[in-house]
Amino acid sequence: MAISRNEVEKVALLARLSLSPDELHAMTRQLGDILGYVDQLSQLDTEHVEPMAHALDVTNCFREDRAQPSLDRELALANAPRRDEECYLVPAVLGEL
Amino acid sequence: MSAPYTIIIGLEVHVQLLTESKMFCSCSTKFGAPPNTQTCPVCIGMPGSLPVMNRKAFELALKTAVALNCEIPRFTKWDRKNYYYPDLPKGYQISQFDLPMSHDGWLEIETKPLSPLPVGEGSGVRAANSRVTRPHPNSLPEGEGIVSSSTTKRIGIIRAHLEEDAGKSMHDEVAGKADSRIDLNRAGTPLLEIVSQPDLRSPAEAKTYLTELKLLLNYLGVSDCNMQEGSLRVDANINLHIDTPQGRIATPIVEVKNMNSFRAVERALAFEAERQYRQWQETGHKLGEVPKSTRGWDEGSQTTREQRAKEESSDYRYFPDPDLLPVTITTEEVERVRASLGELPAALRARLEQTYGIAAYDSDVLVNQGRLLVDYYFRVAKTCGDGKTASNWMQQDVLRWLNEHQVDIGQYPVAAETLGELLAKVRGGAFDTSRGRQVLAAMLESRLSLGDAIRQVGIEEVGESAVIELCRQLLQANPKIVAEVRDGKPKGIGALIGQAKKKNPNVNPARVREICLEMIQKGEV
Ligand SMILES: [Zn+2]
Repeated sequence: MAISRNEVEKVALLARLSLSPDELHAMTRQLGDILGYVDQLSQLDTEHVEPMAHALDVTNCFREDRAQPSLDRELALANAPRRDEECYLVPAVLGEL
Repeated sequence: MSAPYTIIIGLEVHVQLLTESKMFCSCSTKFGAPPNTQTCPVCIGMPGSLPVMNRKAFELALKTAVALNCEIPRFTKWDRKNYYYPDLPKGYQISQFDLPMSHDGWLEIETKPLSPLPVGEGSGVRAANSRVTRPHPNSLPEGEGIVSSSTTKRIGIIRAHLEEDAGKSMHDEVAGKADSRIDLNRAGTPLLEIVSQPDLRSPAEAKTYLTELKLLLNYLGVSDCNMQEGSLRVDANINLHIDTPQGRIATPIVEVKNMNSFRAVERALAFEAERQYRQWQETGHKLGEVPKSTRGWDEGSQTTREQRAKEESSDYRYFPDPDLLPVTITTEEVERVRASLGELPAALRARLEQTYGIAAYDSDVLVNQGRLLVDYYFRVAKTCGDGKTASNWMQQDVLRWLNEHQVDIGQYPVAAETLGELLAKVRGGAFDTSRGRQVLAAMLESRLSLGDAIRQVGIEEVGESAVIELCRQLLQANPKIVAEVRDGKPKGIGALIGQAKKKNPNVNPARVREICLEMIQKGEV
């Protein structure tokens, strides 16, 4: 099972990864290997097996709607690369073109 | 003159569900807290944290889906919608993709306005107020001056599914700073996304749909629908079908965002329809020839502006969220929810019209005010014994007072039964409508009981024999008027009523008229 260089480029773009030509080459080969490995599963006969949406055969796990104390703001912002008193800081987000 | 095209509109509405805590963690959903004080490892996407579904959020969503006549599948699950944006800390949003919790429902709307008056959010009060110019509510036929030829239209609901909200990014353009600030308090708040079929054919119809949807959500108690606080958000998809000599063509679909009121939705769609028509005339672009675009409504300039290109649906690389377990729902559970819905706006309007005999316009005004007000109306109507009288007073007196004082019916100082008793007296002829109003005003201003208010206004009930005696005296003193009435010119009766009121301000003018006419007819004078 192979993956094309174009597909890897597209996935990298969506994941906001910038890959050098060498990395792109290596990644295309490695992702192809992984897909090929997983593709072995298609050899199994699943004719009479119900499709599953989840690995666990458990459903309906809920918590009650009760608010609990949140993280202290200092703790929440502790790992932010950039921040001010109250917020995370990121490069400008502008909606319009 | 009609436009040379048909407008095709579908709406996506996001409503915040009324829960105390977020969808997958226990952080509070309370609005207005200082930035980043309502977050935890789950909602800011720390590795190793695990989400657990909020039961209440699921129940509220299920209630809404059932009320929207949706099919509820036995099995539903959670998916990750992957995209990068600074207000989305995990790099994906937990949503529902191929197995949503509900699909294929409908909501009925009235396609023509019930009234020729301008209708807006909270239109009930405003519309009711614009009718207070009616001099005597009881003397005019119901539905006077009202277009009643509205037709019911069923708007399809493609699906209603649960998802979590993102955070908020703030950019101070005035300060010219290079950074955006991110507040994640809202991240993880439960949202129900309700997607309509492209069944709406005009901006006005879109607004009617939104108003009806909001009313339904209010009746269900699932959301406060506060647009200012972002509890209800609307995105619209719109394009045109144009008949050309070469056949019917469709223009490219545009998604319109950033509309902060129903009025803005209506205006943005009206602008966008005209813009698309002009664009088609200039470029000839048809559906499928250019990618779908997104435009933001700009309230200041009253125009839409193009926004960043939307990633294609397949680019979200949806896959089942392995951290969350699926949910199964039984038929019994759905039926239990259905039985618990209570009377919804459409059914309530029908009951008001059929059982209480009031016009469609009037039932709409009452129902739009919410269930509490309708319950108050029921008690007034029951005590006074007439639905129409009760409806008139509700709209002209009660609603106006509530609007002037900016309070809801829970704070109205006069109990429903007391108002009902007052109206029963007006109906029974104890005094007329204008004196009834004076009594009500006295109760409202001085918080008097009904009896004290009647005494303060100076009304003493006049016995029937006293009224008859008074009429006899008046007729004997005015032989000219009596002769005129006999000749078929009853105009002079008005003068008699005036004299009667001077002699005794407590007499009921309508009763004086009746008695005088009767005496003249029977030749008793
Ligand atoms: Zn949290």
